[in-house]
Amino acid sequence: MKVKELLFNPIIKNNPIALQILGICSALAVTVQLKNVFIMCGAVTLVTAFSSFSVSLIRNYIPNSIRIIVQMTVIASMVIIADQFMKAYLFESEKAMAVYVGLIITNCIVMGRTEGFAMKNGPIASFLDGIGNGLGYSFVLLIVGFFRELLGSGTILGIEVFTLTKNGGWYPANGLMLLPPSAFFIIGFIIWVIRTYDKSQLEEH
Amino acid sequence: MEHYLSIIVKAVFIENLALSFFLGMCTFLAVSKKVDTALGLGIAVVIVQVITIPANNLIYTYLLKPGALTWAGYPTADLSFLGLISYIGVIAAMVQILEMILDKFFPSLYNALGIFLPLITVNCAILGGSLFMIEKDYNFGESVAYGVGSGLGWALAIAALAGIREKLDYSDVPEGLRGLGMTFMTVGLMAIVFMAFAGIKL
Repeated sequence: MKVKELLFNPIIKNNPIALQILGICSALAVTVQLKNVFIMCGAVTLVTAFSSFSVSLIRNYIPNSIRIIVQMTVIASMVIIADQFMKAYLFESEKAMAVYVGLIITNCIVMGRTEGFAMKNGPIASFLDGIGNGLGYSFVLLIVGFFRELLGSGTILGIEVFTLTKNGGWYPANGLMLLPPSAFFIIGFIIWVIRTYDKSQLEEH
Repeated sequence: MEHYLSIIVKAVFIENLALSFFLGMCTFLAVSKKVDTALGLGIAVVIVQVITIPANNLIYTYLLKPGALTWAGYPTADLSFLGLISYIGVIAAMVQILEMILDKFFPSLYNALGIFLPLITVNCAILGGSLFMIEKDYNFGESVAYGVGSGLGWALAIAALAGIREKLDYSDVPEGLRGLGMTFMTVGLMAIVFMAFAGIKL
């Protein structure tokens, strides 16, 4: 396996959100502001990479019947580290994301990659695979976050781009974009675009 | 009684785990092609929620909460940072035990649930339920009610989505949107409908 394939395949060709249906819960909940998206993506990418790495290191010693619990324990420890780190240095954002940081544990991307890839491959390849899938996840999340913040509050990363009507500008804020359902529509459109470009992902009836 | 009832109603409609908090989305989207399987999964989620949320409530109250270990002689201990790993352990263990009990005493239900039972361990609606229970500071009785309500709400949502998707088979969807894309759009519309409940105060 080539490094390039491991890193970049999950972004368009085998995107965890758009094709594998993994890790959708947090994709919807934290995307109102681009800043939170960056933090969430960083956390998920690092947790996925290090969990895959650790599981891959001990993969030959894990009895098959309890592998799910072993993987869960490794992942939960990584998430606790991430959570404690955020509580210490990014307290405001941690509060804004509430339970969704803890929910990285059950983010199926992490579990899916440790179970589907790290159990069968070496530590370095697993680490890269984790980073790659984290990037694929971030790719979709950043697009969603970008549009939701821009159209919903006229800002990008808190910097005003469209002047809102309530501040005497020309752009009336689109309240729907601040509400969670808008994330579904944006992801739906992203899937549509990806599948129009890459016909092999089309689903049959 | 009224208090518990309002927790249940709130958890089913206003704070629906699937359609207001988007938890358990992966299974929600992946296992909603047929109404039968969706219902089976829904029932499994209700059972697991009713057991794990009160169980995690007990663990939090008597072991993890700051000052919870007073009964053991450690009044200053605060183990709340071990929360996540304990809850997921409880969930994994409960699912495993439930699987064994169902296999032994209710084989028909066990066969009906099939693969969904073990999959529930990684369903974020379950862990999310426990985390919300901690955040809202429910006592034991309230956590039982919340378990019932949140499980039922999720089951209702997945059954409804499966019903819509079965009908969608007859419609002419643009090529690129077929399948997953259209499902996302449908769930988005359903979520908007559920937002109509948001103004209700109980």
